[in-house]
Amino acid sequence: MIRWLVGAIGFCIVATHAVAADPIEIGIGYLGQAGLKSTLSLIEQPAENNGIAGARLAIEDNNTTGRFLNQRFALEEVRLKEGEEVAKAATELASRNGFIIADLPADALLKAADALRDRGTVLFNAGSIDERLREQDCRANVIHVAPTRAMLADALAQYLVWKQWKRWLLVVGSHDRDKLYAEALRRAATRFGAKIVQERVFEDTGGARRTDSGVTLIQRQMPLFTQQAPAYDVLVAADESEVFAAYLPYRTWDPRPVAGSAGLVPKSWDPALDQWGAIQMQNRFMKLNSRRMTDLDMQAWTAVRMIGEATSRTNSGDPKAVFDFLKRPDFSVAAFKGQRLTLRDWNLQLRQPILLVDGRMVVSVSPQEGFLHQVSELDTLGFDRPETKCKLR
Amino acid sequence: MWRSYLLCGLIGWIAAVMPASAFVAYVSNEKSNTVSVIDTDKWTVTKTIKVGQRPRGIEFSRDGKSVFVAVGDDDKIEVIDAKSQQVVDSLPSGPDPELFTQDAAGKTLYVANENDNTVTVIDLAKRVRVGEIQVGVEPEGMTLSPDGKILINTSETTNMAHFIDTATREIVANVLVDARPRFAEFKSDSSELWVSSEIGGTVSIIDPAKRSITKKISFNIPGLRSEAIQPVGIGITKDGKTAFIALGPANRVAVVDAASHAVTKYLLVGQRVWHMAFTPDEKYLLVTNGVSNDISVIDVAAQRVIKTIQVGELPWGITIAPQP
Repeated sequence: MIRWLVGAIGFCIVATHAVAADPIEIGIGYLGQAGLKSTLSLIEQPAENNGIAGARLAIEDNNTTGRFLNQRFALEEVRLKEGEEVAKAATELASRNGFIIADLPADALLKAADALRDRGTVLFNAGSIDERLREQDCRANVIHVAPTRAMLADALAQYLVWKQWKRWLLVVGSHDRDKLYAEALRRAATRFGAKIVQERVFEDTGGARRTDSGVTLIQRQMPLFTQQAPAYDVLVAADESEVFAAYLPYRTWDPRPVAGSAGLVPKSWDPALDQWGAIQMQNRFMKLNSRRMTDLDMQAWTAVRMIGEATSRTNSGDPKAVFDFLKRPDFSVAAFKGQRLTLRDWNLQLRQPILLVDGRMVVSVSPQEGFLHQVSELDTLGFDRPETKCKLR
Repeated sequence: MWRSYLLCGLIGWIAAVMPASAFVAYVSNEKSNTVSVIDTDKWTVTKTIKVGQRPRGIEFSRDGKSVFVAVGDDDKIEVIDAKSQQVVDSLPSGPDPELFTQDAAGKTLYVANENDNTVTVIDLAKRVRVGEIQVGVEPEGMTLSPDGKILINTSETTNMAHFIDTATREIVANVLVDARPRFAEFKSDSSELWVSSEIGGTVSIIDPAKRSITKKISFNIPGLRSEAIQPVGIGITKDGKTAFIALGPANRVAVVDAASHAVTKYLLVGQRVWHMAFTPDEKYLLVTNGVSNDISVIDVAAQRVIKTIQVGELPWGITIAPQP
C-alpha cells in the first residue's frame, strides 16, 4: 500500500513537472552612461532612471504575456562611469544577456557593437539620434529604435510648410551636435520647400545654467540677439546642447513663433500624448514609476516590446531566432502611434510617426497629410532607401 | 364570431399604424460625454443624453429595459432607463471600463478593465462585483460563446484572445493573434470566432473547439497604404453568411463572404469607422464614424450605404433594440 502511494506521489511529481516545464528565460541588458545632462528648463531635467524606466515597464508587460507562454523576462542595468571601457562592459553584460538596450553616444555604441559582433548579441539603439549610425557607420547587429535627426527635422519641416511658415531664421549652437541638427534642418528645408532666410550662430561662452538674476539678463540678451533679421515666419533653433533655445520663445525681437530645440519640438513620444490608446500606456508608466514618460523611456519600452513580440511569435528566447523574426518583411510592432511600426531593411531603423509638441500638448503628428511615398508615408521622414550610404555588415 | 372579426380588424389597424421597424439605436459619443438616441424609422436623433466621462462600450440589457454605457474616466458603468431615457443607476465596473458583455439570461456582466489587466464579473441583480480574472495587457474585446460557457477577452498589448471558462472563471486557452486585437465575435452557430487586429491589419478566424487559428482575412484597398487599414468592429449575420468589418481610418466597411472568408466589397463610410450594430431584423447595419462625427446606415441586403446621421463628437459604440 505504502509502496503504491509512494509510486503514485512520485508519478504525480513527474507529471506536474512535465506540465510546468521550465520557463524560457530571456535576459535583457541595459547599457547606459552614468550622470545626467543639464537642461535649461528645470522641469525638463531628466530623472535618474530616464530610459530604463520604460524598459522596466516593457519587462512587466512582456512578463504578463509571458505568463501565458511560459516565458520570463529579466532586466540587468549597467551604467558606465567616466573613462570606463565600453567594449569590456558590453561583453560582460552580453555574457548573461542575449539582448542589450543601449543608451550610448555614437562612438561608444559602435565600440559595443563591434565587440559583440561575433557573439550573436542583438543591440537596440534606444538613445542616439546620430545619422551616421544608420548610414556610413551602420552595423548589422544594431536595431535603431530612436528616430534620427533627419527624421525629427523632416517631421518639423513638413508641419511648418503645411502651416505656410516657409521663411525660417535658423539659429545654431556652437557645439558639434547643434551643427548636425542644423544640417538636418537645412536638408529638410530644401526637401520640403522652406527657405532659410538667414543663419545665426549662438556661441556658447560657458556659464551656469542656473543663476539668481537669470531672467532679467536673458530678457535683455534675446531680443538683441534676434534683431535686424530679414523678414521671416518662424525662428528655428538647433540647440541640442541646451545653451540658449529655451530662452527664445516670447523674447524674439520680432513677434515670431519658435521651433526646433524649443517651442514646437519634434519628439518620438511625449507625456501629453493620449490618443491611440496611449493613455493606457501613460497610466501604466505613471503607476510604476511615479513620474511621466519621456521619449527615451518610450524608445526603451519599444525596444523591449519588440523583443517580447518576437519571443511570443517564435516561441523562442534565442537571440538569432528573435533577430531573424525582427528582420522579416512582415514584422511590425504596436507602440501607440496610430499605426504599426516596421523596420527599414536597409539599415534596421524603426519607422515611426513623430510628434510635434509644445511642452503641454501634442500639436500635430508627422508625416503630414499630402506628403506621399510609394512604399510607406513614414519613409518621407529621414533618409530613404535610394539615398542610403549603409551597407549592413 | 363578431368578436374575432373585431380583434382581427384591431390587429390590422395596429399593424397599419405601427411603423414597420420600431427600433431605437443608442450611440456613445466619446468626446461629448453624451449618448445620442436614434429613431430608425425617421433616421433622426430624437434625444441626446448627458452621461459620465468618456462613454465607450454600450449595450442594451437583455430585457431591453435599460442601456449600459461604460464611462471609463468615471470608473463605472451607467445605466440608462430606456423609457425615460435618463441615467438612473450605475454599476461598480472596476477601473476604466471599456467593452463588456452579458450572459444570455442578463444576470452577469463581464467588463474589460483596460488599466489593470483584469476582467471584472458583475452580478447585475445585486449590482455588485463578484469576481476578477487576471488577463493580458490592456484587455478590450469581450464576447461570450453562444452556449455561454466560454468568455473571450482580447488583450491589446499581449495580442491574445483569452478563452475563459465562465463556470470556473479561469483561463483555459490563449490564442496569439496579430497586433492590437480590438474586437471578438462568434458566428451564431459557434463554428467560428472572429478576432480583429487593429495594428496587425487582419481578422483571425479561430476554431473555437481546437482553439487555433484556421485562417486570416487581410484587406487590400487600391490607392490606400496598408498602415491605414485597421480592422475593429465585426458584425456577422445570424445565418452566418455575411460579415461586415469596420476598417478604421481606411473609412470603409469590408463585406466578407463569411463561408469562404473572401472580401467581396468595400463600402465607403465616414471617417475612422469603429463599431457597429444590426437592427434586430438585420435589414440595416449602423456603423460609428468617429472622426466625421456621424453614423452610416448600411442596407444589409443591398450592401449599400443609404444614409448618414450626424451625432455627437467621436461616436464610439452603438446598440440597437426594439422601442421599449
